[in-house]
Amino acid sequence: MTPLKILIVDDEAPARARLRDLLSDLSATLPHVIVAEAIDGLAALDACTEHAPNVVLTDIRMPRMDGLELAQHLARMPQPPGVIFVTAFDQYAVAAFDLAAIDYLLKPIRATRLAAALEKVRGSTLRAEQLQALAPNGRTQLRSTERGRSLLIPVTDILFLRAEQKYVTAHTRDRDYLLEESLSQLEQEFGEVFVRAHRNCLVARKALAGYVRGQSDEEGEGWLLLLHDSAERVPVSRRQWAQIKILLKA
Amino acid sequence: MKRTSIRHKPPGAPLTVLPDFCNLGVWLRILVGVNLLGLLWTLAHAPQWSYLPRDFAATALWLEPPLIVLLPLLHLLNAHLGRLSPQLGWGVVTCLALSVVGMQHLLLTSYLAISLANDLLHALFWTGAACFAMRAYFDWRNTLYSPALAEARLLALTARIRPHFLYNSLNAVLGVIRHDPRRAEAALEALSDLFRVLMKENRQLVLLSDEISVARQYLELERLRLGERLRIDWQIDECPPDTLMPPLMLQPLLENAVYHGIEPSPTPAAITIQIGMHGKRIRINIANPVNPGFGNPGNQMALANIRERLMLFYDLEAELAVQEQSGRYTVVVDLPLRQKSNS
Repeated sequence: MTPLKILIVDDEAPARARLRDLLSDLSATLPHVIVAEAIDGLAALDACTEHAPNVVLTDIRMPRMDGLELAQHLARMPQPPGVIFVTAFDQYAVAAFDLAAIDYLLKPIRATRLAAALEKVRGSTLRAEQLQALAPNGRTQLRSTERGRSLLIPVTDILFLRAEQKYVTAHTRDRDYLLEESLSQLEQEFGEVFVRAHRNCLVARKALAGYVRGQSDEEGEGWLLLLHDSAERVPVSRRQWAQIKILLKA
Repeated sequence: MKRTSIRHKPPGAPLTVLPDFCNLGVWLRILVGVNLLGLLWTLAHAPQWSYLPRDFAATALWLEPPLIVLLPLLHLLNAHLGRLSPQLGWGVVTCLALSVVGMQHLLLTSYLAISLANDLLHALFWTGAACFAMRAYFDWRNTLYSPALAEARLLALTARIRPHFLYNSLNAVLGVIRHDPRRAEAALEALSDLFRVLMKENRQLVLLSDEISVARQYLELERLRLGERLRIDWQIDECPPDTLMPPLMLQPLLENAVYHGIEPSPTPAAITIQIGMHGKRIRINIANPVNPGFGNPGNQMALANIRERLMLFYDLEAELAVQEQSGRYTVVVDLPLRQKSNS
């Protein structure tokens, strides 16, 4: 049996030490290797890209990116790892985990519970639908990788998303970011925040400022959207025009 | 002083207690109460609604001068009145009120030759009635906040600590126990000291220095978990060594500051604790950085809880305020100075 590759994610050093101790106690019955330790969700995402763990043991409350957000990002990876949440006390989260059949451990962790959770999670993955109930509004940040480093873009900062060749670019007031996601998945996850303007473009509803008549490569002569905080003019397809017009009037 | 602290009383004891006439809240209640009675009286006598403001102004002219004389007088006599039995005390208060009103009446009629619509007996009768009504009000309030009830509420309010903190601390102790047994020992000792204080019946004011040492112990435990991420800046001015304050007030405020200010912060962050004297008052400031995107920076439950305890200990004389500016969230507690020697 190939050893289980485990990633430990917790912002508190003693909590990570505790998990290491317990895992080393279990090594005889449960062959494993701790591939990395991360201090928050963002560092964990980088570690996952680098080490492709089978299981992620993650705390919930952490700076920068919490455990729930991390799980949502992981669930969208091509080969998502299994996720076990570790929490000290969080009544509401725990109730929601039970409902969504998500594995979790309560701190202080017992070796037997940890072993059972690891056995159970081996080979299974957390699906995005399971997380829906816990985070109904989807992720709050999107990830872009530049030169091997992860950057986080708050969803509320994004003015529009455009599919270009293989990638999707997220445009904020200051700059653009490359995302490794598909536009249709983003539309599904953030239907409340963005509206489709064109086959290749989603626009933030709150960025809509107005419209003008003009020329574009995609549509030729047609309507162009004006956006708050951006000089860019986004073409609207004839099919989407009716829906966008209602939003602009509201 | 004694009457503001919450004492144990045998059940079934009479609840007539003379209010503390040095307390601002009591003054306020008497002023509002007497004027409210005046308004009712005017309402009953006003021939027409449109005359009401004018008539009430006339009544107020009658009410305010005796109150202005009586309240400072009671303030001065407070210590002496406190030694009498409550019934006798109220008797003295009523006599004082009657004589002040009587004197006002004599002054106005004989020296200023103002003719009066109400005769002396009339005025004295209503003064007595007002005293009786105020006594009934304070008795009712005492029953409501009776020592037994207040104590139960106080205990219920104090006996809370975030389970989040307890379980995380225990987990942290387990995390260091194999590699640094001495550190684990020290942490368990601090934890048991902290819980000893938490489980005490915290019904009396405690020494400021004891409160500070509880806070230090709590922060020591948080440092075990958070390491270098937690920075503390203590700024304690010289306070009288026997200064008193409510028990377990610093710790929940610091717990809030750690939970909202330090834990979500990606970089090491500092909590500032300032304790200083401003005249006859103590001011405590606890400030922590605000982390955008982590929701409401204060735990409203904990703050409401502390406000209610301040009310039980000091009535209206203590204040808790919250400010958020330039990225820092500050809780300011302002307490009247109480000292062990004269309590």
